[in-house]
Amino acid sequence: MSAAVITGIGVIAPNGIGVADYWAAVLSGRSGIGPISRFDPSPYPVRLAGQVAGFDPAALIPPKLIVQTDNWTHLGLHAAALALADAAADTGALAEYEMAVVTASSSGGTEFGQREIEKLWRHGPGHVGAYQSIAWFYAATTGQISIRHGMRGPSGVIAAEQAGGLDAIGQARRVLRNDASLVLTGGTDASLCPYGLVAQLSTGWLSTHHDPDLAYRPFDPQACGYLPGEGGAMLVAEDAGHAAARNAPHVYGMIAGYAAAFDPAPGSGRPPVLEWVIRAALSDAHVVPGAVDVIFADAAGVPERDQAEAAAIRAVFGPGAVPVTAPKTMTGRLYAGGGALDVATALLALRDGVVPPTTGVRAPAAGLGLDLVCTEPRPARLRSALVLARGYGGFNSAVLVSAAPAASGGGGPNKEKEAMTCGSSPRTT
Amino acid sequence: MRQFTTDDLTAIMRGCAGMDQSGGFNGAELHVSYSDLGYDSLAVLEIQAEIQRRFGIPVGDDAMDAMPTPAATVSYVNTLLRAGV
Repeated sequence: MSAAVITGIGVIAPNGIGVADYWAAVLSGRSGIGPISRFDPSPYPVRLAGQVAGFDPAALIPPKLIVQTDNWTHLGLHAAALALADAAADTGALAEYEMAVVTASSSGGTEFGQREIEKLWRHGPGHVGAYQSIAWFYAATTGQISIRHGMRGPSGVIAAEQAGGLDAIGQARRVLRNDASLVLTGGTDASLCPYGLVAQLSTGWLSTHHDPDLAYRPFDPQACGYLPGEGGAMLVAEDAGHAAARNAPHVYGMIAGYAAAFDPAPGSGRPPVLEWVIRAALSDAHVVPGAVDVIFADAAGVPERDQAEAAAIRAVFGPGAVPVTAPKTMTGRLYAGGGALDVATALLALRDGVVPPTTGVRAPAAGLGLDLVCTEPRPARLRSALVLARGYGGFNSAVLVSAAPAASGGGGPNKEKEAMTCGSSPRTT
Repeated sequence: MRQFTTDDLTAIMRGCAGMDQSGGFNGAELHVSYSDLGYDSLAVLEIQAEIQRRFGIPVGDDAMDAMPTPAATVSYVNTLLRAGV
């Protein structure tokens, strides 16, 4: 079976739009966290967020498409266009039913919905726009990307809160095995309106700290919750043979492993499933824990959830055995966009041999047993990166990305790591 | 009696259907179907609802068939206005 490789990346993040801008921000520790300006946050306990700056939908998306879509879809449409351009994928020339779209969405079109609800309150039902019927819907971004680029293969949407971005990538790989040769995948979210923010408050996990440098510090002794953000990333996932045949300009890496599971019901007394999910993703990739060079953590920023994640990592890898990082401190948690952006970041880390920093954290809390890469980027020889994500409601997902197989333009094999793998064909599935 | 004009329709479509702010209709386009002009059925629903709100006239369920083009829309709305409904 041919590998699923990533040939295009489109980033739309609070600290940068496009791969170059975003990656430069991440490596220099430039944060996109600041006071919420999309609405007046003063009546609410959470007043900071990661907002995408300098994004003008009117300049990038046709007006007929803008009126019928939420900001989260605008972000997704632009990220998709960036990813397809990065991949030099000419969708007009490729077989339309062999191209699919699989994205994640966690809250749908909340800002659009807020506007329509306000019209309902103020003016009555006759004033609610017809486009509300499609703009709110989780599948709107997938559908609009599919229509815009003529990608008519088996498409869908996954709603799994923060884990959804990874699940979409797992589903993209599944689609590539059977039904398509190119899948636009990833996710965006944008729930920064009063209605969207209030819905998030119910978890009790958001940080109410008002200092942008201190509000979201996962694994820190002073961790006090997380900040929300908007944006995400879209990726072009492609059959390795298809990418080679059309001379795709980049092969960032391959989707080597994926697994997902649900936590047991609260109060059941059974342990969380993250450790199992990590082991399952490694097993899916036919590698042992020693083959993982860096972990991009879920990094909830909620002390007990940080402890649970650290415990799962320790159980699989041993204490301090693998560098761990969470550059999402510079963006906030992006929900459906978060896993996708972490995978994009992991692929850039593999490309450049550097682990990006967890800004704002000086040292992880004692007893976590984590080699957390804090403050400054750390150069490292990287062949594979594990990305973890947990979504509210019990979702747990893991994706292992690794340097592309040599035949697809990646570097040579890492002998040291190869010796530690357990399958006969450790880097290809 | 109040008249409904092509300019009224243009203003409505700029506001709710994503028509370019500098956009309008040339003579021939007035007789082209909304769908061929790039407006889907939800856009036509939006246009109908906005006419209803601005002109205070009920645009019924048969309107979708009665106003397939901009020109037909102008004529249909003026019929309703003349009838004083």
